[in-house]
Amino acid sequence: MSQYLIRRILIALPSLLGISLVLFTVLALAPGDPFGELAQNPAVPPEVAASLREKFGMDDPIWERYVKWLTQMLQGNWGFSFVSRVDVDVLIMQRLPTTLIVIGSSQILALLVALPVGVYAAVRPYSLFDQIATTLAFIGFSLPTFFTGLMLILIFSITLDWLPFVYQSNVEATGLAFYWEHFKQSIMPVSVLGLFQAGVLTRFVRSAVLDVVRLDFVTTARAKGLRERAVIVKHIVRNAMIPVVTLVALQMPAVFGGAVVTEQIFRVPGIGSLLIAAILANDTPVIMAVTFVFACLVILFNLIADLLYGWLDPRISYR
Amino acid sequence: MEAWRRFRKHRLAVASAVILFLMIFAVLFGPVLWPVAINDIDFSAMLQGPSWAHPMGTDDLGQDVLARMLYGGRISLAVGLCAMFVAIGLGVLIGAIAGMARGSIDAALMWLTDLFLSLPQLPLLLVLIYLFRDVLKEWAGPELGVLILIIVVIGGLRWMPVARLVRAQFFSLREKEFVEAARALGASQSRQVVRHILPNSLGPVIVAATIDVAVAIIAESTLSFLGLGVPPDIPTWGRILFDAKDYLDFAPHWALFPGAAIFLTVLCINYIGDGLRDALDPRRVI
Amino acid sequence: MTEPLLDIRGLKTHFKTDDGMVRAVDGVDIAIGRGETVGVVGESGCGKTVTAMTVMKLIAMPPGEIVEGEILWQGRDIVKMSPDEMRKIRSKEIGIIFQEPMTSLNPVYTVGDQIAEVVRLHEGLSRREATDRAIEMLRLVNIPTPERRVKDYPHQFSGGMRQRVMIAMALSCNPQLLIADEPTTALDVTIQAQILDLLAEMRERLGMAIMLITHDMGVVAETTHRVVVMYAGRVVEEATVDRLFGDPKHPYTQGLIRSIPRIDTAAEKKERLEAIGGVVPSLLHPPPGCRFAARCRFATDKCTEAMPPLRDVAPGHKVACVLYDA
Repeated sequence: MSQYLIRRILIALPSLLGISLVLFTVLALAPGDPFGELAQNPAVPPEVAASLREKFGMDDPIWERYVKWLTQMLQGNWGFSFVSRVDVDVLIMQRLPTTLIVIGSSQILALLVALPVGVYAAVRPYSLFDQIATTLAFIGFSLPTFFTGLMLILIFSITLDWLPFVYQSNVEATGLAFYWEHFKQSIMPVSVLGLFQAGVLTRFVRSAVLDVVRLDFVTTARAKGLRERAVIVKHIVRNAMIPVVTLVALQMPAVFGGAVVTEQIFRVPGIGSLLIAAILANDTPVIMAVTFVFACLVILFNLIADLLYGWLDPRISYR
Repeated sequence: MEAWRRFRKHRLAVASAVILFLMIFAVLFGPVLWPVAINDIDFSAMLQGPSWAHPMGTDDLGQDVLARMLYGGRISLAVGLCAMFVAIGLGVLIGAIAGMARGSIDAALMWLTDLFLSLPQLPLLLVLIYLFRDVLKEWAGPELGVLILIIVVIGGLRWMPVARLVRAQFFSLREKEFVEAARALGASQSRQVVRHILPNSLGPVIVAATIDVAVAIIAESTLSFLGLGVPPDIPTWGRILFDAKDYLDFAPHWALFPGAAIFLTVLCINYIGDGLRDALDPRRVI
Repeated sequence: MTEPLLDIRGLKTHFKTDDGMVRAVDGVDIAIGRGETVGVVGESGCGKTVTAMTVMKLIAMPPGEIVEGEILWQGRDIVKMSPDEMRKIRSKEIGIIFQEPMTSLNPVYTVGDQIAEVVRLHEGLSRREATDRAIEMLRLVNIPTPERRVKDYPHQFSGGMRQRVMIAMALSCNPQLLIADEPTTALDVTIQAQILDLLAEMRERLGMAIMLITHDMGVVAETTHRVVVMYAGRVVEEATVDRLFGDPKHPYTQGLIRSIPRIDTAAEKKERLEAIGGVVPSLLHPPPGCRFAARCRFATDKCTEAMPPLRDVAPGHKVACVLYDA
């Protein structure tokens, strides 16, 4: 297993390099010099601009610049935000946990909805439940997150006044009330992202289960005299999880996109809203760093998915 | 035709096709039937709810939302279609090259495809538009420039599934008898591709193309909604929503109509895609 | 005759499709005594597998439906059993193995776990005892080093070995009947013989009855006591192996036997291998009368009038054909 892990990490490295290369190419191809602009920006102290120029070695050959840039990125020297006058890595580390919590809880919510619904729909294909579930799933992933977000605000904050529509990072409460407030203000962002994902995942789960249901070993399981429930959970769902893991991993980039939108709507102080703020303020070091962090996160989740896959499917991990 | 028969059996897909056709008809000819200027500012009629004079109400400048929706719909749909063509074009090209070349070129292209699949799309989209917006504005004017950029970037980040599809089709179809026969008869490589392989991989590509239109419409709306897409004077559906979101408590109608339009379009396209998949590509499930 | 172990009487299993009812099994009678090996033969699509799956109640309903008939298992009617009662019979009293050993085992569990699952379910053994039983069963079906193999996954076994695992699994609770649905069809010829030998060996050791479903007349001749010949959802002939091969009555059986390639006779007499012309009729709208009539060289007008019933032509030899009407 550890050998498998090492091999997977070795496979992930080139993708990391590749993504950094894409990012760097974008930078290098960009008109003018994104970092050079800083020099003219009055908000940037001259010594910072000079050190930036030196740090990124503007006059070196391109491959040397890439190596230098990558080394800097990997060491966490992501530069200095000239808007908030803080090191970019500090800024991102402040906000990354919030993003991970929102994404994590919404993924959990999505799985909690999608697994039972998708499985139940697939074992009774074309039943009324299946038709309602697939229709709702279709609606769920056709609803753009920005629209669902606005709708939830309209219903639960404006009309019903149940939930706060702006996320506050400093909740003025202590003990249980503190957590309750945090929970209340997380409901809408997490649901927006979670329900969209649930729509996508329900379809994945349903079709994966439908693929497994007709396989011979399911008949074998029934012939053993197992209860239908045991057949479904132990034999059908267990096998259907293998393709679902792959599809969930492929879906991660879209999840991060959804997170950016959701954070922006509800003003959640995560790296997604940081990105938008940075773009609106032309804060290039922050923009590049956040994008790089997003890319690393995608690769990290792919790695986790690979490990899960190897753990779920004995045909892979032992080879 | 068999495919048409199967498509017709998918009732929701047929209904969606009808609705989508009506919407396309509305945005194409709507401005003729509803000849109200999109930028007629009327401060006496600010933020009004739906009425006979303004079926979808008015915005904060008293502009007629219906007229803006009809106009913006053209842009939203056009951007979706164009971005789809960019994605399909790139995808078919890269998939075909990988499928024909095989070997190390194929491996390199597939690595690139996997790489693009794991890029964080929306952040990258935002960064690209941020970095290149000014050049294109200078080159093609403030409106057209941004639109071209959005189309190219959205399409340029969506070609991967099609490339994989086309490549896979190449690999399976290459071995089929009729291609073998064409080869035996001395057909050149490019002729084989154009005459025999591409037409046969059309089904799955059409399905992917349909879904891509929906994805591109959502992408453009998302950009505009974040205030980073089209310039303010082009009222695409996403842009209207962006302008409306701060008035949600006084004028919810202003946000509801464009939001519902995006949703309905995307839903219809997805259903049509589903029906087309049943009709053209019956083996695939997802 | 003592009460048979399994007595299928007038069984009809139909399937609802968009085009109408498919009469996959349309009035089948098969009886199997204790310890007896009965072969069920016929071309693909004649209802053999559906009959077997109906006995185990493994038919998906809908679209499947048991329209008529009874399946008496030691005197109790399986058709009327509740799902819970049926579960206690599956694998405990009737074991089954399938045609495709490559896909019949769950790829994500070790073969040991899959065998253990059966005995833990039916005999309430602990995990440890169940694993010991699994090792014992693997040894019984001649898998080398069963202590190690028990921890292997199905993909680490060859097709023939997987079929051995399936047999070990089906026999792990010592059932009184083993249904073997084309157990050798997907295997290499040499492996086929090994599996058939194994089945015979198991029957001698454990004393269970076997219902061997196959389209291969050669397999039937080698391994069974009695043979039931099916055609288009009906039984057309039933006899002991010796009688059936020595004196086949039904024209379809005669055709089947003539289509067995035989090295000895063919070389000497230069006989041509005979195939039965035509195809199995549609089970959607089966023709009235004898279903074989369209392909039968002895067919007369009488054949298409009414379905000939299965009747005795000699002790223990039944045939459904107007040629033998008294």
